[in-house]
Amino acid sequence: MHWQLDLFILTLVIFCALAAISVKDLLSTAILFGAYSFMMCLLWAGMGAVDVAFTEASVGAGVSTVFFVAAVFRTTRRTKD
Amino acid sequence: MVDLLTHIVAKYNYWLYIILMMIGLYAMIVKNNLVKKLVGMNIFQTSIILFFVSIGYKKGATIPIIENAHGNGHGGKQLLIRAADYINPLPHVLMLTAIVVSVATFGVALALAVKIYQRYQTLEEDEIRMRLTRK
Repeated sequence: MHWQLDLFILTLVIFCALAAISVKDLLSTAILFGAYSFMMCLLWAGMGAVDVAFTEASVGAGVSTVFFVAAVFRTTRRTKD
Repeated sequence: MVDLLTHIVAKYNYWLYIILMMIGLYAMIVKNNLVKKLVGMNIFQTSIILFFVSIGYKKGATIPIIENAHGNGHGGKQLLIRAADYINPLPHVLMLTAIVVSVATFGVALALAVKIYQRYQTLEEDEIRMRLTRK
């Protein structure tokens, strides 16, 4: 994997993480967290860890986001910070 | 000095993993919302997994599946395998377990957050603490 691409995806991951913890709506946090997981999966696929990458894509970006959205709908979208 | 600087810049990925880890730790400690704390915990876990997977990476190596292994084993021909040609799969296997554990932890923690919301009608930590002291 070229280091430019690696650095680009890594900065995207950090931006997604910062946005996910600073946005003031829990549903937006859920979607940004899904984007974060998917970028992480791309990073692992680039490093040659294909098994880890597809586990993260299905379990981390898929099931976690579904759990998160379900929990947000059962509770509240409101957050103070 | 320049030598040290190039040494630091060449390991840029480790510094970015540490930044990611600190973002997760910050969210776990400072954020007031319980779900935000969970997101911070997950960011922390994935950054550690990323660190371990990056240890197994080798430059110029391919994914850890042996080439032409199928059909070559019958003829009695010895297959020469050089470890330097393949990425180390041991961290991958260990971190696969860690991913599954982290998702299970996340699910249980979200279930607990839903129960807390049903009891106190809030997910904010300070409001929950206020209600606990009032009783």
